[in-house]
Formats: sequence, C-alpha cells, structure tokens
Amino acid sequence: MSPADALPWWAALPTALLLVFGGVITLVGALGLVRLKHFYQRIHGPAITITLGAGCILIASMLYFTVQQSRPVIHELLISAFILMSAPVVAMLIMRAAVYRDLRAGRLITGAEKHDAHRSGGEDRERT
Amino acid sequence: MKRWLPSLPLSLALFATWLLLNQSIDPAHLLLGAVLAIAAPLLARPLQPHGHARIGRPLALFRLLWRSAIEIVRSCFNVSRIILFRKADGVNSQFIHVPLELRSPHGLALLSCLINSTPGTVWVELLPDNNELLLHVFDLHDEQWWINTIKTQYEQPIRELFEPAAVSGEHP
Repeated sequence: MSPADALPWWAALPTALLLVFGGVITLVGALGLVRLKHFYQRIHGPAITITLGAGCILIASMLYFTVQQSRPVIHELLISAFILMSAPVVAMLIMRAAVYRDLRAGRLITGAEKHDAHRSGGEDRERT
Repeated sequence: MKRWLPSLPLSLALFATWLLLNQSIDPAHLLLGAVLAIAAPLLARPLQPHGHARIGRPLALFRLLWRSAIEIVRSCFNVSRIILFRKADGVNSQFIHVPLELRSPHGLALLSCLINSTPGTVWVELLPDNNELLLHVFDLHDEQWWINTIKTQYEQPIRELFEPAAVSGEHP
C-alpha cells in the first residue's frame, strides 16, 4: 500500500484538485510563451505560473504531508515567500534589459512609447 | 536594545525562517535561530543604506497583502483567459506612465513587488526626474482606470504605512 492510498478521501480530494488546477495553470502559462507575439507580451505568461500555479501546488503539498504525517508541515510557506521576493525582481531586470536593448537599437517599443516621447519631451533621448 | 536588535520584525522573521527550514523546535535549534536572528541583521547592516523599514501598523500591512492576493488570483484568471481564448493580435499591450507621490525606498520596493507579482503588469522603471512609473500592461483597456487603481489600491495604503507624516500633512 503506497502512502497515497493511506490518505483519507477528504484530504485526497482537495489535494488532487489543487494539483490538477495548479498543473493546468502552469500549462497555460507555458502556452502563453508559445502563443503570444512579442517579448513584452510573453513576459506576462510565466507570471501566472509563479503565483497561482506554484501557490496551488504548494498548498496541495502542505495539505498532503500534514495529513499523511499527522503533524503540521508548513515549511512550503518559505518557498512561496522566496518566490514572491525573487520573481518580481527577475521580471523587472529582464524587462529593463529588453527596454534598453530596444532603445539602443533605435527601435521604438510600442505606439505608446512614441506618444509618450512626444508628450514628455525628449525623455527617450535622455534615457538612451 | 536598539544596538543589538536594530529591527525586531526582521529578527523574528529570521528566527521563524530558521525553525521552518529545520522543521523543529528543539532547544538547540531555538538557540541557533536566536544567534542567527541577532547576528545576521548586525552583519548585514552595511548592506542597508536606507536603514530598516519602520512599520507602524502591521495590521494595515496584512490588509494590503490580503487585498493584493485577491487581486493576483483575479488577474491570473484574466490573463489565462486572454492566453487561451483571445487571438494574439487582439491583445493590446501598452506602456503607460503612472505619476507616483510615494518616495520611501522601502515603500517603492514593496509596490514594485506587488505590481510585478500581479500577472498582467510589469514594472519597467521609475523615471527619476518626475517620479513617474513606467509600467507595462498586458491588455490595456483604459489607461486612466489603471492609474487610478494603482494610486488608490496600492500607493495610498503603502504611503500610509511608510510615510504617515507626509500623508497626514496633505489631508489635515
């Protein structure tokens, strides 16, 4: 009998649902990388993976091991804390690297950027 | 007291992290955790040019984090729906400018983490001359709505946390 069989149904059901849901969300985030056109759109795909996808899987892990070992197992909270502290910084670094690369190459990034360059007077020139 | 424990919340967080990592409340781990909680902030103090953040009202911080968590889940569903069902050409991704009044470095760090954790928005940079935030929005409908949301939902509560003097000065 595997440890999973020993789990009572009231814990097994939410664990399974959370795992499936987290997996689907992660898959959607990866699908975003394939489907979306520009880099600036693709950067939004993994954001759902690291928040809701990872969150669901970590809650499922906490639930499973808490019930299985009959003691509170909550050190997964640390994983979520570290993800929420590091992922935003990485996203910002990648985003800025892309913006500076485009500005250096002389490509205006979007229509909005051109519009803003007119409105706020040569701010692009200064940043380049 | 101040000299050995420059920031009580930081020390408590390190202590809790140590106990969680080891999954134990043995006296030995309590002792090691206490040593870490006291030594690490002292050793890392030169890395904190702005000093430690002072949070006057922890409850308000938790309320802000809770509201952001709800917003993150909501945005997750919106972004998933767009990825799955919308034609990629129809997604209106734009850069927008959000004028900020928030100046506290700790507050800005918290704001950037919250904005970047929310799917659909990525913080690009803070323009130094006019304190304007350049923000990339995944699917823009209404620029003014985004600016208002960020100012009222995020910036205002964060200013009340980190710049209570400035906020109360503006609204006597």
